[in-house]
Amino acid sequence: MLKRASWLALVAALVVTVFPFYWMIRTALTPAADLFRDSTALWPSNPTLINFTRVLGLVSPEEARAAGGSGAEIDFLLYTANSLLYSGLIAVVQTLCCAMAGYAFARLRFPGRDLVFGVIVAALMVPPIFTLLPNFVLVKQLDLVNTLPGLVLPSLLMTPFAVFFLRQFFLSIPRDVEEAATLEGIGRWGMFWRIVVPMSRGPLITIGLTTIVWSWKDYLWPLLVGKAEETRVLTVGLGVFLQQSPNRAPDWTGLMAGSVLSVVPVLLLLVFLGRRLVQSLNFSGMK
Amino acid sequence: MQAVLRKRDDRVAGWLFLLPVLVGFLVFYAYPTVRGVWYSFTDYSLLNDPAYVGADNYRELVGDEQFWNALKVTAYYVVVNIGSQTLIALGLAALMHRLTRSVVLRAALLVPWLVPNVTIGLLWAWLLDPDLGFVNHLLGLAGLDTTLSFNSPTWAMPLVALVNSWAYTGYTALLLYAGMLQIPQGLYESASIDGAGEVRMFRSITLPLLRPIIALVLVVSLIGSFQIFDTVAVVYGGKAPIPETRVIYYYIFQQAFTYFHMGYAAAVAMVLVVVLGVLTAVQMRMLRASRSDLG
Repeated sequence: MLKRASWLALVAALVVTVFPFYWMIRTALTPAADLFRDSTALWPSNPTLINFTRVLGLVSPEEARAAGGSGAEIDFLLYTANSLLYSGLIAVVQTLCCAMAGYAFARLRFPGRDLVFGVIVAALMVPPIFTLLPNFVLVKQLDLVNTLPGLVLPSLLMTPFAVFFLRQFFLSIPRDVEEAATLEGIGRWGMFWRIVVPMSRGPLITIGLTTIVWSWKDYLWPLLVGKAEETRVLTVGLGVFLQQSPNRAPDWTGLMAGSVLSVVPVLLLLVFLGRRLVQSLNFSGMK
Repeated sequence: MQAVLRKRDDRVAGWLFLLPVLVGFLVFYAYPTVRGVWYSFTDYSLLNDPAYVGADNYRELVGDEQFWNALKVTAYYVVVNIGSQTLIALGLAALMHRLTRSVVLRAALLVPWLVPNVTIGLLWAWLLDPDLGFVNHLLGLAGLDTTLSFNSPTWAMPLVALVNSWAYTGYTALLLYAGMLQIPQGLYESASIDGAGEVRMFRSITLPLLRPIIALVLVVSLIGSFQIFDTVAVVYGGKAPIPETRVIYYYIFQQAFTYFHMGYAAAVAMVLVVVLGVLTAVQMRMLRASRSDLG
């Protein structure tokens, strides 16, 4: 009895989690003209891909307007590419830089090490909005607004969390291999790249994946620094698209098509790296 | 061998390894932190040079009703969001822990966490559309005449909080679930032999042993919860939220980038730093006091 109720609760949670996404796809496949008639239909009466092709900028503006668009230029193909570039670049560079620092903090001996580490960890306490205001001023003064460097630079090299996480990890791996390598005369640099990094693939991928997901979701910073068409990422593109749509009746079919596009890449990530991602969510492993 | 290692001097290598992170830290964390503190004591509109005004911004803040309102609604949001999210996640995690190890189920629960908050805000704005929204259609079918809407002063904030709980409950559940897997299975077996039911086992085994993980999850999600911005920035069609949902992040954003009161925005952000600092300190203390009985 209890067991059956428990399964029921799990299934209910699953439905509540997944159904809104189903509704997103269903709406994206509905012609704008049928939006009202199909508002409660579980499947569109005339399914169509026009909403996808028009938000991807694959049809002429006239056709897009005819299909319910506002007629404004919208190019989700470009925004998707920008998002991929933005989050991919940050994830790779940040993970490697933080791994180097984490390794130095865990293994190398030099004066000032623990003090510097303490200061970096203290920065975990500062909410992002506090540094966001002056960082915006800085990027503006450097004339980097609406450029890729302006977008990625503040998070490209580090986040305090990644440094902290990777240091904890490097502290937990046994020293034997490194000690053997030292006796063979391999220097610190060679040891890091040839021995430590290959040995630590798992945690590096974990932190890289988490970084990709978070930067994929970024909104406020790209909104301030990359609102121009060429540098727009998906989240900003969706926000602009929403603002362009008429007040009384938003272009829901187009918006949902754009929304689907913002889900697909991370969903692929989950399909291919799901086990790793799911297993990475583990606070108890963080000593 | 130890001696060989100890004698090594990593003075040069150490700083070289740190170099990229140090540059990033100094330029984009340390420098802006100092600058932010400085701005909070200035009158600065982004167009002029910052002009020192002493504690004027802070004095203004004390009498600023919109600021107090922003703090209040943010606190309301955090309580509803963290409360619902943690409780449901705990329940889900316990169910999964006792019933299934399915990776597919866990992956499915994780999906909303992968999706940008902007998308989630849009999706729920659509589901809760007053005319065509499916959720309001369901409420109608259930015979309820309530129309849920982000424009309702009563419902707006609970809705925003629940939408974000929807997005983060699966993620939180997986964190708690991972913690539960650390509990020795034997404890459940012997309790079961002693005739303890599932509810009893949850209360006397799972909960007490999971305390440190719960505390850690609370610390992290609480700090994250204060940063609510994207959802309220989206569900009003890109326009400013109603006062009932004008959270602190949005207020800072508005002051800085709509009214160009950079100095004032920095002062409000300073208050947020202090609030979060105090909350974290309190929670860390509680965290230490709640070491798991597993040791």
